[in-house]
Amino acid sequence: MSNSIMVLVEHRQGAIRDVSFEMLTAARKLGAGNVEAVLMAESCDLLAPAIAPHANKVVCVSGPIFRDFNYEPYQKALVKLAAERKPAAILIANSAFGTDLGPSLAVALNAGLVSDAVACTKADSGFSVSRGMYAGKLVADWAVRSEPSVIMVRQSNFKAEPASLGGTVEKWDAGDVVSGAKTKFLSLEEVPTTGIDITKATIVVGIGRGIKEAKNMPLAQEFAQDIGAVLAASRPVVDAGWLPKEVQIGSSGKTIKPKLYIALGISGAFQHIAGMKGADTIIAVNKDPKAPIFSVAHYGIVDDLHKVVPALRTKIKEMKT
Amino acid sequence: MEASVEIAVCLKRVPDTAEADVKVDASGKDIVRDKLAFTINEADNYALEEALLAKEKHNANVTLVSVGAKESEEVLRMGLAKGATAAARIDSAGLGETDGIGIARVLAGWFQGKTFDLIVTGAIASDDGNSQVGPALAELLGLPHAAYVTKLDIQAGTATVKRELEGGFLEVKELATPCVVTIQTGGNAPRYASIMGIKRAGAKPIEQAAPAKAESKTQLIKVYVPEIVGAAQMVEGTVDEKALKIAQLLKEKGAV
Repeated sequence: MSNSIMVLVEHRQGAIRDVSFEMLTAARKLGAGNVEAVLMAESCDLLAPAIAPHANKVVCVSGPIFRDFNYEPYQKALVKLAAERKPAAILIANSAFGTDLGPSLAVALNAGLVSDAVACTKADSGFSVSRGMYAGKLVADWAVRSEPSVIMVRQSNFKAEPASLGGTVEKWDAGDVVSGAKTKFLSLEEVPTTGIDITKATIVVGIGRGIKEAKNMPLAQEFAQDIGAVLAASRPVVDAGWLPKEVQIGSSGKTIKPKLYIALGISGAFQHIAGMKGADTIIAVNKDPKAPIFSVAHYGIVDDLHKVVPALRTKIKEMKT
Repeated sequence: MEASVEIAVCLKRVPDTAEADVKVDASGKDIVRDKLAFTINEADNYALEEALLAKEKHNANVTLVSVGAKESEEVLRMGLAKGATAAARIDSAGLGETDGIGIARVLAGWFQGKTFDLIVTGAIASDDGNSQVGPALAELLGLPHAAYVTKLDIQAGTATVKRELEGGFLEVKELATPCVVTIQTGGNAPRYASIMGIKRAGAKPIEQAAPAKAESKTQLIKVYVPEIVGAAQMVEGTVDEKALKIAQLLKEKGAV
């Protein structure tokens, strides 16, 4: 079995995304001794030097077709590259980019796939991979035994560590991977904003599914007002249309690092945690004592927010008078 | 578009565990299900709505398909009640242990020989959180795909989609049809079924199909409750006592 681990470098708007360094760290820890970073871009010249210290080799695949992400040319190039290099595993971010690419790539390679990996070790044959289920309430251990194995790595899960491997940079020609393309990248857009910037607030109150109904929203709004906080939310509240997308905390929303974050009725799916774990102090109120939010919170209250918040507002009023 | 637009929606019946206690069963590979309520997978509900909106706009036929035991017909009936045209259940009995790609292979077997302009499904399942089936199915059928779509517009021969990226970005993309699109939550407002719709759906036939062989290259070893690391300092007491403690904390942090 090959001992090389291939890592697909992810970048957007000319910058390498953090998850790439996290995956390169994970790949080095798998003890491969042969970590190949695959960098697909319009030109590799600007990005390759940043990657080289983290890998034994940087495989540069360049061309205008790789300027913007589109799974189709990436997939065709990776299938060709994997057939030549025969890596033991290909690591791809469990990101918007990776989830578009990973499953179809695995099918095209006739490979086993584990998505959203939070831990990975080498086994006698293949890999043992742990991943979350039921929004983080359970972990599942999977064995993946194909060669290659495709492993999609959760973002912000592995800590990126510095390295000085001084990897060689090798140019690799993908050939005509665009012929017959059925998909076309058109543009990148930013979610429209109305001017609320939750990333700049020092105190943020986040509300989640536990708020239950639109008619309960004033409770959270008034509480946020009491303590001079900006009101933000996890995905279900935004999906329901109770707050705008621009105040969504999480991987598909905003990343916040306030001095104080109060999570109300938020169980703490990893997508949410990725967006708020950098807060200095985190207080979480949730009915479920096993809610994953309690693993990142500094203070936890197991109770119904509809009971706790009114009582809390009373105490705050008393303190202010 | 022409009147004969054919749309398929892949639906999954899942346990509602958002506020439920999840316990591992005796096999160590699954959860105890008998006390849980079951529902249509959240993202699949948005996918279904997207299909129904396209049905209204393009006079399309919407065919539902689900891989599962007899109980999966609940979510198919729910979809029929909302306005889907037809439904099929691929029986999961005898399927054995499989993974996301395995389910995609089963679905691909059913789609073989059928013609659809668009296949939609949820971007992620709330139980396994895999996000694998849609793009894997597309590859097996030789179709283009887009995952995590919040806006979908189909025209003759193409579909324009907006995919949700990290950090508040959207990617606009064009796909040739037929194609597979996985729908993220939040892009529409899923409708409720009418009483009349529910009555009508009860009488509609549901096609029964046997699964194609689904060889899996991965194997589930075990599931377990994660150890909570770096756990929070828990505030105990009555509601009032807890409220007082948080208020004091907020004061310490300068919020009061």
